[in-house]
Amino acid sequence: MPMIYVDGQEIEVVQGENILEACLNAGLDLPYFCWHPAMGSIGSCRQCAVVQYQNNEDTRGRIVMGCMTPVSEGARFSLKAENATEFREAVVESLMLNHPHDCPVCAEGGECHLQDMTVMVGHRDRRYTGKKNTYRNQYLGPLIHHEMNRCIACYRCERYYRDYAGGKDLGAQASHDHLYFGRHEEGILESEFSGNLVEVCPTGVFTDKPFLKQYSRKWDLQSAPSICQGCAVGCNIAPGERYGKVKRVHNRYNNEVNGYFICDRGRFGSGYLNSDLRLDYAGIKNPDGSFFAVHQQQALDTAAGWMSGKKVAAIGSPRASVEANYLLRELVGAQNFAAGFSDLDAGLMSSIAAILQATKAQNPSIKQMESADAVLVLGEDVTNTAPRVALALRQSVRNKAFELAEQMGLPAWQDAAVRNLAQDQRSPMIIVSALDTRLDDVASSCVSLAPDDIAAFGYAVAAALAGEQTDNPRADATAEILKAAKNPLIVSGSSMAHQGVINSAAAVADALDQTTSMLSFCVPECNSLGLALMVADGSGSSLSDLAKRASKLDVLIILENDVYRRGDKSEIDQLLSSGAKVITLDMFENSTLDQSDLVMAAASYAESQGTLVSSEGRAQRFYPVHSPAAERLPSWQWLLRLACATGHKKLSKLAHFDEIVAACSQSNPLFAGLVDVAPLNSFRDRGSKIPRQTHRYSGRTAMNSGVSVHEPQQPKDDESPLSYSMEGLNRDQPSSLMPFVWSPGWNSNQSLQKFQAEVDGPLKGGPSGVRLISSTQQGAGVSPQIHKVILKPHQWHLVPMQQIHGSDELSAHTDEIAELAGRGFIAIGQKVAEKLSVSEGDGLLVKQGEVECSLEVRILSRVAKNCIGYSVGFPEAQGLTAGSLVSLEADKKWQRSGPEMIASDKAVFEQVIGGGGASNV
Amino acid sequence: MLSELRTLWEVLKHTFTKAETVQYPEEMPYLAPRYRGRIVLTRDPDGEERCVACNLCAAVCPVDCIALQKDTREDGTWYPEFFRINFSRCIMCGMCEEACPTYAIQLTPDFEMCEYDRQNMVYEKEHLLINGVGKYPDYNFYRVSGMKTASKDKGEALNEARPIDTKSLLP
Ligand code: SF4
Ligand code: SF4
Ligand code: SF4
Ligand code: SF4
Ligand code: FES
Repeated sequence: MPMIYVDGQEIEVVQGENILEACLNAGLDLPYFCWHPAMGSIGSCRQCAVVQYQNNEDTRGRIVMGCMTPVSEGARFSLKAENATEFREAVVESLMLNHPHDCPVCAEGGECHLQDMTVMVGHRDRRYTGKKNTYRNQYLGPLIHHEMNRCIACYRCERYYRDYAGGKDLGAQASHDHLYFGRHEEGILESEFSGNLVEVCPTGVFTDKPFLKQYSRKWDLQSAPSICQGCAVGCNIAPGERYGKVKRVHNRYNNEVNGYFICDRGRFGSGYLNSDLRLDYAGIKNPDGSFFAVHQQQALDTAAGWMSGKKVAAIGSPRASVEANYLLRELVGAQNFAAGFSDLDAGLMSSIAAILQATKAQNPSIKQMESADAVLVLGEDVTNTAPRVALALRQSVRNKAFELAEQMGLPAWQDAAVRNLAQDQRSPMIIVSALDTRLDDVASSCVSLAPDDIAAFGYAVAAALAGEQTDNPRADATAEILKAAKNPLIVSGSSMAHQGVINSAAAVADALDQTTSMLSFCVPECNSLGLALMVADGSGSSLSDLAKRASKLDVLIILENDVYRRGDKSEIDQLLSSGAKVITLDMFENSTLDQSDLVMAAASYAESQGTLVSSEGRAQRFYPVHSPAAERLPSWQWLLRLACATGHKKLSKLAHFDEIVAACSQSNPLFAGLVDVAPLNSFRDRGSKIPRQTHRYSGRTAMNSGVSVHEPQQPKDDESPLSYSMEGLNRDQPSSLMPFVWSPGWNSNQSLQKFQAEVDGPLKGGPSGVRLISSTQQGAGVSPQIHKVILKPHQWHLVPMQQIHGSDELSAHTDEIAELAGRGFIAIGQKVAEKLSVSEGDGLLVKQGEVECSLEVRILSRVAKNCIGYSVGFPEAQGLTAGSLVSLEADKKWQRSGPEMIASDKAVFEQVIGGGGASNV
Repeated sequence: MLSELRTLWEVLKHTFTKAETVQYPEEMPYLAPRYRGRIVLTRDPDGEERCVACNLCAAVCPVDCIALQKDTREDGTWYPEFFRINFSRCIMCGMCEEACPTYAIQLTPDFEMCEYDRQNMVYEKEHLLINGVGKYPDYNFYRVSGMKTASKDKGEALNEARPIDTKSLLP
């Protein structure tokens, strides 16, 4: 490895990196703005100036940009040379010429990279006496707040939003010192990843709008390492709490999973945690159907009384932790436990779990997916089913560009040069789907096929790979592309609700027969795979089995599951109203809860701990951010206490979370790795627990004094190595215990580099999470079964469309997400729309047997023959089932919703318009 | 030995000096305006609450006895939804006043804050907010800040040029 000299100090560097990276790796503080580890350098801000010397004799040197200068053996630099420090201070001074006097009312304050860099370069006094430039702000939707005056023109937002995330509606406008970063006109940002602007922008131009409504400074937030519950990708997050409310969610770096970015569902979809509709107390149903609140112990005693010596069955949940599901399954016995999937999902999940353990390909992490040089997507709209994976797929198509750059000897971090070189050349991505997908714009080819035909296409590709003759030239071409690739990636999943699609993806992966090929499945919920692994031995029951047995049951326990979302209404009604006592643990009111006899108020993910298994098979631990409010209890504690109250032989011996994890890992060889997911409760770093609060956490002696001046003790956390305190060190501990990032002089999220072992590399605390499953590489051995649906005239094939906003049960309770989700819809092609003489925004009656739904029309650009899409999980579309055949007719009584405007933002919007608006300045 | 004798002598001498103690409360000592006593929240010259809920005072407070929550007015300006000082903890160090970027929080020469019940030492915003500018008569933060408010448009703050027309090609 080459050696360079920085201020006389010898530093070992990595060949090919730049001076900025080398300095940061060496722990030196070199200011920067425009460089971003995930996006490389463009050298636009001039902040990272250093002096480079020709040789030992050269005393004057010349100023170069650290982020644009590659390291070379023996090169000499200085950060401290006077001309370098003066230059850097001058850059900040000039950035400050137009900077508004806003810090006290800026949501970036206290975690502002511009503040940090200003202090770092030592700029203090304003010398310029001229007038400051000002700009009008734009309305950018309910998620992002815009305050353009604060911009320093580093171009990070544009490079992230357009180049990295593939957004089209935000960019740089105007020129010289009139630069403006915004949309062409006011409106909601289209990208599903817009929230990352908050963290990418080094200033307060783009800030988190929901957070701003209930704002607290970063130093006042109590945070804990957590896992996003929005989907099965398992992004690492750091929610921040104050005054009992979860105020915002920030990205938590995990270089194998989400890296620096999460999706908008993950960032903004936790607002439901603070909803008034959350349950605070356990309740027992009155004869009139209302509930009366009871103490925890009373609820437990009642439940135990009902259960003793009786026939008890239970329904688990793919959105509850492994531990809670495990306890419930042990409590009632495996044969009385239904996983809580819909019958269809149960089948799909068990085959996915089986395929992942047998496929000849590997099940990749997101980081590995980014290295794919050819991608085949079978039936998934990845942006809506596994959003963060879609962002990785967007990066994977750039491997062509990196390959070209390597041939030219260009380092990958030379971002502008690499993009210029490649222009529109991308690595191949073939998307086979029934309807439009949000990745179509970077795909090399899109094939529109009905679900059955997608499966057939997959099998044809597999056949072509195996050297067989097919009569499908597109499948042949796809096979050629995959064969030519070094790291081909197949992405499929359960969102089509189609077994054939999943099997065909496995068939392609097997036919490729390479250890470097990858196969990834998008699965629906945060712990779908964990639950599928738990019931992989086939011992469990299914929802419909339970419904059939319902009349023979005495008690039914339901864990965090609205079963009405999982089966058809009549079946669930039969299950819940057959006379068995229904005990439900949940945090939100829902239809299942209304049908229960006893309700236990469950704590949210921000109030409890547990392990989730992501679609990658990675088990990850989430920790409570704050202790449960009111009389809520984490589900695992409810169940453990219930087990004790009923005198369960095995479970009543367990007392602590770690013991449950140990018992669970012994119960199932697939869960053997669970004990290594995170350190034990007894873990101490330099003698103390890891603090959830920053060392500058304020208001300790005043926050509760409104209630009583006698200060309560801080809540105790007896179950995890984290404490509700500011005492202790947040440095170099195992990565799964990193609650927030901060380092002296680095208050913003850029302090992350102090936690990384190397720039853009793993954390100093090692990897986080444990992969539970690895493939035996024997091959999944699926056999092609193609059946063809015969459609009658005027019948359409109903294809489920997952939506990032609205399809997920919990995040849809967040106001901003509900606003973005809009009404449930039916998506049709232009031709069908003409035939039915409807246009976008009109209503259509969708008839599926008895079920009839009135849904808003959306027109798609790419639709497979005879297919129509519908918004899954939306209340308006309840009752529709994937894959069924429906008829359509225009809805005469339909009321079109107004112009595309969100009610609660209307006032703000009109104000902006009234004030001139950006479009008419 | 010598020093002990000296000490005795000094003590003896003080027997004849004039007492410093005053007959409080009949006799009030002089307290300069910058004396650090009971804290108030002031208003700007336009009569609006000065505090913008930036949390700097709370952060700098060595005994952590200030707690507040930011809220937003209709025009987008910030203000504290609640603002609480636990005077039973406050050490009257004046750090909050020094940290405050808006001159909102100020210490006054009133030190007479005895209470029988410690709970009464907890002051909420309604107890802290006075109808005046305190020691700094002229300053109004929002006239300087770049934020648009109900009474000032973009470009109307101190030292600001009018908003840029991003569609113009002129230099
Ligand atoms: S962007 Fe940073 S420096 Fe600018 S006003 Fe906001 S906090 Fe202050
Ligand atoms: S808006 Fe933020 S990210 Fe974009 S150029 Fe300005 S300072 Fe940079
Ligand atoms: S991709 Fe899934 S896990 Fe990741 S942030 Fe989005 S919703 Fe959460
Ligand atoms: S420092 Fe001043 S403006 Fe900021 S919160 Fe305290 S009193 Fe209010
Ligand atoms: S970070 Fe190097 S020029 Fe911007």
